[in-house]
Amino acid sequence: MAIEVRIPTILRSYTGGAKVVEGSGDTLADLLTDLDTRHSGIRGRLVTPEGALHRFVNIYVNDEDVRFLGGLDAKISDGASVTVLPAVAGGAFGFAAAAALLGHNGR
Amino acid sequence: MADVLTIDRAILDAIVAHARRDHPDEACGVVAGPAGSDRPARHIPMDNAARSMTFYEFDSMEQLRVWREMDDRDEEPVVIYHSHTATEAFPSRTDVSFAGEPGAHYLLVSTREPDSEEIRSFRIVDGQVTEEPVEVRDGTIESMELMPHGV
Repeated sequence: MAIEVRIPTILRSYTGGAKVVEGSGDTLADLLTDLDTRHSGIRGRLVTPEGALHRFVNIYVNDEDVRFLGGLDAKISDGASVTVLPAVAGGAFGFAAAAALLGHNGR
Repeated sequence: MADVLTIDRAILDAIVAHARRDHPDEACGVVAGPAGSDRPARHIPMDNAARSMTFYEFDSMEQLRVWREMDDRDEEPVVIYHSHTATEAFPSRTDVSFAGEPGAHYLLVSTREPDSEEIRSFRIVDGQVTEEPVEVRDGTIESMELMPHGV
């Protein structure tokens, strides 16, 4: 019946501090909609206003990256486990490079 | 939460060596430590899946494995580091947008100078960047088992 969802530190403000919550749904999209009914606002941190998965998070269904399972359309069965992690990425491209060229330190 | 990063020289040296090895591509990784300790103890170099001179990205499957391993060992990512290879060691806008571990020290190493490194540490919380001092400790060598040695 239930799908177990592991929540990263940065999103636990939406779950009252809980590390693991439960939800239901046939697809990832349904699951996130269901979670949002009890943890209001969490869906907006995972899905863009355009309806795509946010670049800033990784979501895994049974240890598979959902980007390879159809994204929000990924099918989820009862008893599945879903893990959300903050994507770790960044780099000099953008602000620092521009700031360096301009001779500013970016602060 | 301490407003200083205290880190063993051996770990810092390993991070710098990783950054040098991958130069001119950006290098990235994690230093795990016991949850709540604020003590970076286990250096985990990560692949830069972007293999780029201006961008880094953890491989999502490697990250899942490493984050789960930390969970199992009751650890957390105390330090998340990456290198800038042509610019200063200051978080870019991209770095700030992605910073998703409010409890972590974001360590940046600049390898733009061939014979010296700029090493700086930051907290990045809710888009706010705060620089903090880096305190390097000598004399402690941690094994994978986290056996305490004399400080």
